[in-house]
Amino acid sequence: MIVRKPLKLDCGKTINNFPIAYETYGSLNNKKDNAILVFHALTGDQYVTGINPVTNKDGWWSHAVGPDKSVDTNKYFIICANIIGGCMGSYGPGHQDPDTQKIFGTNFPVITINDMVNAQYNLLDHFQIKKLFSVIGGSMGGMQVLQFVSNFPDKTKTAVPIACSSSHSAQNIAFNELGRQAIAADNNWNNGEYFSKNISPDKGLAVARMAAHITYLSKKSLQEKFGRKLQKREHLKFGFDADFQIESYLRYQGSIFVDRFDANSYLYITRAMDYFDLPGQFKGNLSDAFKETKTKFFIISFTSDWLYPTQENKDIVIALNAIGADVGFVEIESDKGHDSFLLDVPDFLKALKNFLEKSYSDN
Amino acid sequence: MKNEFKAIVDLIDKNTRVLDVGCGDGTLIEFLKKNKNINIRGLEISKENVQKCIAKGLTVIEGNAETDLKQFPNNSFDYVVLSQTLQAFLNPELVIIELLRVGKKVIITIPNFGNWKLRLHLLIKGTMPITKNLPYQWYDTPNIHMCTIKDFYHFIRSKNFKIFKSLAINNQNVSLINDSNIEIKNLFAELGIFLIEK
Repeated sequence: MIVRKPLKLDCGKTINNFPIAYETYGSLNNKKDNAILVFHALTGDQYVTGINPVTNKDGWWSHAVGPDKSVDTNKYFIICANIIGGCMGSYGPGHQDPDTQKIFGTNFPVITINDMVNAQYNLLDHFQIKKLFSVIGGSMGGMQVLQFVSNFPDKTKTAVPIACSSSHSAQNIAFNELGRQAIAADNNWNNGEYFSKNISPDKGLAVARMAAHITYLSKKSLQEKFGRKLQKREHLKFGFDADFQIESYLRYQGSIFVDRFDANSYLYITRAMDYFDLPGQFKGNLSDAFKETKTKFFIISFTSDWLYPTQENKDIVIALNAIGADVGFVEIESDKGHDSFLLDVPDFLKALKNFLEKSYSDN
Repeated sequence: MKNEFKAIVDLIDKNTRVLDVGCGDGTLIEFLKKNKNINIRGLEISKENVQKCIAKGLTVIEGNAETDLKQFPNNSFDYVVLSQTLQAFLNPELVIIELLRVGKKVIITIPNFGNWKLRLHLLIKGTMPITKNLPYQWYDTPNIHMCTIKDFYHFIRSKNFKIFKSLAINNQNVSLINDSNIEIKNLFAELGIFLIEK
């Protein structure tokens, strides 16, 4: 889809005639009241379920989305778009700058969560949907959920922000900065101008991914899965090769990531997350972000998520309760860390399914 | 439907906002939603019960009444209900004060430790009483602050809170408690239900 309508970004620049790549699953009913907009996280994309044609692997939320699954494609019409700033077809730093005819690189405007949401809002017009049944997302997807309801208080019946925060913490920013500096330290990055030279900062991006990946897991799950197990060897080698399985695992995660992700997009998206401060948009009062809304919220956190811990999710619940908004909350027991929302965690999938089904039958 | 819940429902007006603290599996919420046009939500500490409420389509917040009531603004509900949970709190007095801050009116039900069966059990057997309302052993009971109807009645008065209505439940019978019959009710009632206000 090419968005013709100009979009004024938070940075002050305006973009127009820009592409948004999206996928849909299920079918829109006649009343057009069964549509769900799913927002993806930092390294996600529009291929929510089924086989991702780029990676040839299952879509990132195959556990939750599909026929008879929590987000049931037999029942609902699911739309998921690649965020702007991304690298899977929506307008991003890998596109050509219409003014210079050169690849944007770091000349792409800095975007925010608000910009991403406003860009995706065009999908409602595209499908002529007056009101969504739900907006759902985990991690950065959850931030988009919050921003969506704040921007469009009467455009969705329900909202499910999962494992997220209304404001990026210093620790969150610190981890993102570590990733960005890893990319910048790779000579191939070349200040973002690497497309023209046919090179890419794979090493830097892989290190960024390795560091981030650790934050998505819990200490317990790492210990149980890897412990101090050695990688295909009986003894330590007294060198700097990957002696331990965890080292080998992280190196592998880094290496497969660079095949599907663009380093500049990684910079832009992590920046957008760091800039996210919904209470900050309302003079420090998060409740004011939702003042107008009748949207029914369901907030979900995970016990072992230390990146977006339960308390940060609960702060959103508290802000909604302060204005008497309709909000439910559950903390799911899981030792799989922040990644829990992407994995097969039955209690989570059950809660999500039940919430959607019961809210839908109220229609 | 438990008699207790029927009695609670009769105390609540239509078209009101209600918070059920310690809502369990949501039985009371469901009953109130069906019978009166009530905007009701629950606060529940057990993850298992929260899941049950979600499966019933009820709005529930996982949380602990002793720490999580502070998120609700003053007088944000017309009624706050606390059904047979008071005795499980570390600090029941603080919880009551919080309930009265959050709700314009508060409905509290308590299992009556003054009931003759419990008194007799302790007197004859010399061991901690176990009944259908209080089915636990002394070492595994969540009920750490048991009281009698009389204790609670006097406590609320001593704090200068107003008791609008107090009811005694014994088997199928629901009856009013007042100053003149409290000794009798304290001896025969299994449960006490109190509608109070600041």
